[in-house]
Amino acid sequence: MTVSSDLLTVLKAERTEPPKATPPRPALPLAAAAVAAVLVTVTLTAATAQSVSKVLPGFGLPVAGGAVVVAVAVLTLLRPALRAVRSGRAAAAAWSEDRRADARRAASEGREDARTVLGWCLAALVLLGAVWFLFANDRAVQRTFLDGEVIGISLRETASAFGTNLFIAVAAQILILVWGLALALARMAPGRTGRPLRLLATAYIDGFRAVPAIIVIYLIGFGLPLAEVPVLSSLSPVWFAILALTLTYGAYVAEVFRAGIESIAPGQSAAARSLGLSHSATLRHVVLPQATRRVVPPLLNDFISLQKDTALVNVIGTIDAFNQSKIFASNHFNLSSVTVVAALFILITIPQARLVDRLVAREQRRGKGA
Amino acid sequence: MAFIEIDGVHKSYGQTPVLRGIDLTVAQHQVVTLIGASGSGKSTLLRCINGLEEISGGEIRVGGDVASGRGTDVDRLRRDVGMVFQHFNLFPHMSAVRNVALAPMQVRGIPRAEAEEQARALLARVGLADKADSMPDRLSGGQQQRVAIVRALATGPRALLLDEITSALDPELVAEVLAIVRELAEGGMTMLLATHEMGFAREVSNKVCFLHQGVLLEEGPPEQIFGDPQQERTRAFLRRIVEAGRL
Repeated sequence: MTVSSDLLTVLKAERTEPPKATPPRPALPLAAAAVAAVLVTVTLTAATAQSVSKVLPGFGLPVAGGAVVVAVAVLTLLRPALRAVRSGRAAAAAWSEDRRADARRAASEGREDARTVLGWCLAALVLLGAVWFLFANDRAVQRTFLDGEVIGISLRETASAFGTNLFIAVAAQILILVWGLALALARMAPGRTGRPLRLLATAYIDGFRAVPAIIVIYLIGFGLPLAEVPVLSSLSPVWFAILALTLTYGAYVAEVFRAGIESIAPGQSAAARSLGLSHSATLRHVVLPQATRRVVPPLLNDFISLQKDTALVNVIGTIDAFNQSKIFASNHFNLSSVTVVAALFILITIPQARLVDRLVAREQRRGKGA
Repeated sequence: MAFIEIDGVHKSYGQTPVLRGIDLTVAQHQVVTLIGASGSGKSTLLRCINGLEEISGGEIRVGGDVASGRGTDVDRLRRDVGMVFQHFNLFPHMSAVRNVALAPMQVRGIPRAEAEEQARALLARVGLADKADSMPDRLSGGQQQRVAIVRALATGPRALLLDEITSALDPELVAEVLAIVRELAEGGMTMLLATHEMGFAREVSNKVCFLHQGVLLEEGPPEQIFGDPQQERTRAFLRRIVEAGRL
């Protein structure tokens, strides 16, 4: 009793002074900045259009059209910018009349409007900057990276060489799933008898996570043929690449599997074992089905980076999309064909990245629901 | 006839002793209750009997056969002795009926259709016929624990270990779980349970054991332990329970 009444006295002592009202942070300066930003951005759009049309003679109309679209889009931002100014004024007026809640609300609305306008202006300015960069030096940048002619010539063969990248990726992914799970289970082999397996698996995983993938590909692609190992040495370079990527990514995926398996509450194993299920039956029916769902997002992330690493096979001379595009690049002294490869990678990666996001979100919802 | 015999059992985690020489017997068709503060070793003792933890010294016998130490056939032991946990530990990726049918299928080799039919019958016995196809996260705590009890019974064990099976339940759900335990006790199931439900322990037990820091300080019929405890520690423990309004 005494303790709690003491607590209340302390609290009361601190509460004797009523809190002073502080005015809301002013919205007007931000609002003014927003109006200025709109005007500056429109001006810069016009300037960019003018300089681009100089280096693109004969394209005056489309350039002007594009500029008008951007300028109109930016000008629509004037409405929220001006609304921010009005809100700022209203906030000041309300505060002076002691309508505090009104003042804070108006100031908050004004600041939000102004910040939104500033954000979109920044985006437009970045876009304009990119256009400037592309057409700088009399279009030298655009010609180097985005030459329509070279893209047209290289597109078909580069795209079909990209099939090699896809084949390597898919074949490696299948092997990696098996190899990674085997490594993970070996690394978690139980008890004193499991120790040798655990040590082996740990050494392997540490080793292959430490060595850069490009070096593994190089060593296997050039080393295995020289080593004259039966069967292995006579594989094609594509299979050397698949083997090398499997060895490297197997180590990463093993850790993903292990984390997934270890994330399953120990009570699950205890319950299964107490029912008389063996160690392997517990893994198969209870632990792995739950772990699989959890490892899918990180697994897909590893697979996305694996797909990109298929471009590393160019060091052993496999004609993948990158190598093919480099041939075009040196023939034409122009990098636009390599841009094509970059675009192809973007094309296959982005849908998968979005899928990972959705799976992660679903897993989080499920976690909360449980 | 003694079904579970615990003989001088010691258990430590590293340097920390958890059980310090426990002697205890549970006769067939008897209900024995372990009481004591958290950390007194109740759960550890139950886990040792089920082979989920290895003991560091002493011996455990189940059904007259040694059930601890090297070479124990834990899978067989666990068919004889079922266990129910504080946090239910249902398999979240399986419906209630699959949870119950898994062990009969895997351990006994019963075909799925037959195992699931039995599982449904068992679930109906505890009032969960309409929840048989629900996933665990659609069930209340009390329903989940009832499924867990049925799951432990499905392999036909001769004894049950119940590890604070009502501690994780909302108060209004405790009764439905205890009703099943009561029914099992009346049916003659041999049970060893750890619990904080003193009123229930008093009502259902043949014998109550008070554990304190890994030692079995006092045991006796419930009337004696709750009515006339001999040890000062037991009295202090029960006094705190009464002060908390739990007895």
